[in-house]
Amino acid sequence: MSTFPISIPRPVHPTGIWGWFTTVDHKRIGILYGVTAFIMFLTGGVEAILMRVQLAGPELDIVSAAVFNQLFTMHGTTMIFLAVMPLSAAFFNFIIPLQIGARDVAFPRLNAFSYWTFLAGALMLKLSWIGGATDAGWFGYAPLTSVAQNPGTGIDFWIISLQILGIASLAASFNFIVTVINMRAPGMTMMRLPLFTWMSFITAILLVLAFPVITVALIELTFDRYFMFNFFNVANGGSVVLWQHLFWVFGHPEVYILILPAMGIVSEVLPVFSKKPLFGYKTVVLAGIIIAFMGWMVWSHHMFTVGLGAVANAVFTVTTMLIAVPTGIKVFNWLGTIWGGSIRFTTPMLFSIGFIAMFLMGGISGVMHAVSPSDAQQQDTYFIPAHLHYVLFGGAIMGILSGIFYWFPKYSGKMYSERQGKISFWLIMIGQNVTFFPMHFVGLDGMPRRIYTYADNMGWNFWNGVTTGGAFILVLGFLLVLDNIGRHWKNGEPAPSDPWDARTLEWSIPSPPPEYNFKEIPIVRSLDDWWATKQGGANKEVPASGGSEENGHDIHLPQPSYWPFVSAAGLLIAAYGVVFNDLLIPWGLAAIGLTIGFVGVYAWSLEPVNDPEEEDSTH
Amino acid sequence: MRLQKISKTSFLIATTLLTLLITACYPDHNQSTFDPQGPVAESQLHLFWWIFWGGLVVFVLVEGALVYAMIKFRVRSESDIPAQTHGNTRLEIIWTAVPALLLLIIMVPTINGLFYMYEAPKTTKPEHTLEAIGHQWWFEFRYPDPTNSEKEIVTANEVYIPVGYPVAINLESVDVIHSFWVPKLAGKTDMVPSEGNFMWFQADEPGEYYGQCAEYCGTSHANMKFKVIAVPEPDFKSWLQVQSNPALESSDPLAQEGAGVFKSAGCTGCHATKTVVNKGSKGRVGPNLAHVASRRNLAAGMLRNSDENGSVNDALLQKNLRTWLQDPNEVKPGNLMSSGAQVYTDPDKKLTEEQISQLVHYLSSLK
Amino acid sequence: MAQEHAAPIHGKDEGTTTGLSHRKMLMWAFLGSDCMFFGSLIATYLVYQGKSLEGPLPIDVFDIPVTSISTFVLLMSSMSMVLAYSALTKNNMKGFRIWLISTAIMGATFIGFQVYEFSSFANHHVEIDCVSPGELTKYEQHIFDDGCSSGEAHAESHEGLKPQTNLFGTTFYTLTGFHGAHVTLGIVWLLSLLLLSFKKGVITPEKNLDVDLAALYWHFVDVVWIVIFTVVYLFGVFPGF
Repeated sequence: MSTFPISIPRPVHPTGIWGWFTTVDHKRIGILYGVTAFIMFLTGGVEAILMRVQLAGPELDIVSAAVFNQLFTMHGTTMIFLAVMPLSAAFFNFIIPLQIGARDVAFPRLNAFSYWTFLAGALMLKLSWIGGATDAGWFGYAPLTSVAQNPGTGIDFWIISLQILGIASLAASFNFIVTVINMRAPGMTMMRLPLFTWMSFITAILLVLAFPVITVALIELTFDRYFMFNFFNVANGGSVVLWQHLFWVFGHPEVYILILPAMGIVSEVLPVFSKKPLFGYKTVVLAGIIIAFMGWMVWSHHMFTVGLGAVANAVFTVTTMLIAVPTGIKVFNWLGTIWGGSIRFTTPMLFSIGFIAMFLMGGISGVMHAVSPSDAQQQDTYFIPAHLHYVLFGGAIMGILSGIFYWFPKYSGKMYSERQGKISFWLIMIGQNVTFFPMHFVGLDGMPRRIYTYADNMGWNFWNGVTTGGAFILVLGFLLVLDNIGRHWKNGEPAPSDPWDARTLEWSIPSPPPEYNFKEIPIVRSLDDWWATKQGGANKEVPASGGSEENGHDIHLPQPSYWPFVSAAGLLIAAYGVVFNDLLIPWGLAAIGLTIGFVGVYAWSLEPVNDPEEEDSTH
Repeated sequence: MRLQKISKTSFLIATTLLTLLITACYPDHNQSTFDPQGPVAESQLHLFWWIFWGGLVVFVLVEGALVYAMIKFRVRSESDIPAQTHGNTRLEIIWTAVPALLLLIIMVPTINGLFYMYEAPKTTKPEHTLEAIGHQWWFEFRYPDPTNSEKEIVTANEVYIPVGYPVAINLESVDVIHSFWVPKLAGKTDMVPSEGNFMWFQADEPGEYYGQCAEYCGTSHANMKFKVIAVPEPDFKSWLQVQSNPALESSDPLAQEGAGVFKSAGCTGCHATKTVVNKGSKGRVGPNLAHVASRRNLAAGMLRNSDENGSVNDALLQKNLRTWLQDPNEVKPGNLMSSGAQVYTDPDKKLTEEQISQLVHYLSSLK
Repeated sequence: MAQEHAAPIHGKDEGTTTGLSHRKMLMWAFLGSDCMFFGSLIATYLVYQGKSLEGPLPIDVFDIPVTSISTFVLLMSSMSMVLAYSALTKNNMKGFRIWLISTAIMGATFIGFQVYEFSSFANHHVEIDCVSPGELTKYEQHIFDDGCSSGEAHAESHEGLKPQTNLFGTTFYTLTGFHGAHVTLGIVWLLSLLLLSFKKGVITPEKNLDVDLAALYWHFVDVVWIVIFTVVYLFGVFPGF
């Protein structure tokens, strides 16, 4: 294609910092995602610690009621949207193309755009602490979010940054859906996909379908707040329960968006360190699909006490109980995987086994909530944080930690300290149980959640103290993890390409992988193809490919681009323009930002396409 | 038969032990769900134990299998390659069907319990219909006036119920979503603005039951509490009679001056001292104070006015009133009185010590 | 395990696994997502149908014949889009441009109708039969009293339908407004393609994916309108429909 007059030449092999700004390499973007999300995870941890300190004893006065309410709102929002989701996205980015034998993702620039947009949303949300963050809870129930109840900018920042994060997640998900469907190496049929890729694929589909629902809910809230619309205005007949429906129609699939990638990681790690294939591969995949499907039919179990009526509650009781079945199938198949294996207790393996143990706990307390009459005693008590932390900390975070260590040699090219890793595992394992288990007790003892203080005579003092103590054990554990990763990323022993004697394609290439990933696109002949290749010589034949030109230099890779960064920056400016819409010219800043974003996207779409896959549009 | 009896006994013993384990280490458990005092809470706890023991069995079996596998199948030699089994259809069917079956069994009592808690018994008397209205951050209560069906009797933060009778409760809210929860009597139900909700409970024993808002409702969500006091029916009737009377006129001159301050300082703008209102009328911004001095607690359960036996201690009450009037924000951050009443927002109109004393005397005379 | 011998793929000729282009698949994924977007907006509309506390209501403001015309125009634009694509694949660049531009014009016509509709709704007059004087303050305009019992009067209100007026206004303007925004974006897209088509080699009978994608989007937006027209307009005016 000849150069279009208005297009600016693409950056050629930029280096240093500039290289990171313009990169479209899925591995670099994965690392950016991971590092940013881990930092966000730490900020969410600080918020949690402040809350635990305030609740260490009765009637303490360490943070004020107003600050406490901001803390739990920001903690929830941060952990879900800025930590667990992007940490999973980091693995999607780095690992999926390697696992399916691709040289990049389908839309490298869209991928870069997704990261920069995520960063914009994350910064915007976190910076809202200046001037007062949102304090309406991460679920933002109407009418607490109305202008009358909450005139400050905290809610506005929350709404707009969630919208931006939504754009980031959607962009990434579209990309991964297309990548997984369309960029698999020859022979990599859907039923030969590694489990992590499968679960990520399902997650991406869930995300693409679930996020528009929260987008609409947030748009409605925005219109109510900015233009006095009536969506959640009770005085004009609006229903505050509608918000809850929209929120949880998104919110429950969101739970599976958080947990499925971790389940995928565990399904990779267990077979490798048991030296056995995953037990019941097809069933595990199918169970994942069923969970994703049923995840749409259970949202009202978050609303059992809202008064939907006995019939509605009965229906959602039944669906919620049934969703335990496919979840159970997964757990049993993981047990089947290690059963009869030859188990090596490396750090990632410990975290994966810890995942099963803790997730099971959260799963069972989840079934307890499904029993809606007794849930009436548990709803909105500390029993719920206990349950959700067993699922999202004991589940999602443990799975992610397992992935962080499992793929550490691949993304860093170095080995971490196994001893330190194991110590951190035990600290985190003990710490989370000391922290979250007593929450069951105080919850059943009648302690509501989201209270900034409690009276001395309620009998909640002891276990709250224990919980706070546990939180500090967790801090210690994470400091060790941080040190382990940070120090060894720089100075660790160089990692071999396949340190674990693993089973999937990413271990067939050097650590860290070269920019082009695969010198020759592999031909896949079975599930766990790399393992099969190592075991039987039959698969070792070199693909009959073109030959000499395939030596790294002539592999066409997408070129870096400025435009994803520019578009995301425009979006950030526009977002601030929406919150501060009366600055100088009404909506002026928003218009400027949108113009920059629009120019960015336009220039992007007209940019000379050097990527052979992009150019090839006639199929 | 015998076996059944034994298992039931052992179930009871184990349950009691476990309850003790969870709660015994410290004295008060005012909101424990393990100490039900009425049929609704009992049925909910009963279901809890069902699912708890079922869950525990599953938990022990699966975690046990996990630990067993970890010990049994730990690596023996690095070069050892175990059999590469890919799955087992029969096992898959078993571990799909068995949990599904267990869940189906649990569903039966669950759905029974669900309909039980949603419908008050037919024996519920109309005069035992309580209206509970959520406000930021206190509770308004209304009973039908026995002498006039068009009227309701209003009180706040403390409500009496007759022992042994089901009480039907209509729930409403004037601002945001709250949740009405007395753990020892029944699970919670939300108070949703403009969408009425319903629940019922019954206290089998006389006593003072702690309640608390269970849905996050803004700054002082943690400070939104109330008490349900269960008394024999005759006592309930006489309580209602007292509540329906207007506030007493005190002969104490200090209290009379306080009544003057109460009007001149604008307190009457939000606080009523009249107790009988039209049915369905909109509540006032602040709690009804006609009988504030007869309540065991002040400021929606924040300050305790009464002795151990439940009778109001005048000295305590006066101390609490003073604390509250001097700086309500200290007791209940963000409360609407300190952000709305001129005596708190306008430094020129600030209450003097003398005025506060007068108010304390007046309010503490409102038995 | 069955041995599959896919053709080795490498270098510049790299194809896709399914044979569908990446961008087409992206478009389908996007449209799936957009379905949920409109689905949520329509669900909100339906939840609030008949819940407005005061008028104007759909029956007061809708003019079905007028909206039927704009609906017809939008449907015709889809046909025109099909013809544009077909002309392109037959290497008839002139025909392609004519049909493309007529699609855009029809889209713009639809938007014109929408603007007219919005402004006429916002200025809608309501006549109220025989209200008591106490309520008249709400409708301060044109009071006359023919045929009402004593003490009552006719009133007319200039309070039109605005998003703030009632739940119907809120949900109606949001739903149709976002649809209108989709159509507008589509028009910009079509016009961009028209410009690009004058550059040599950008849009050719073989390189028709850009047009294909725009067409897909355009048809989708049309289909959404059919749902909106049925649910909002027809259901709103013919309750038994």
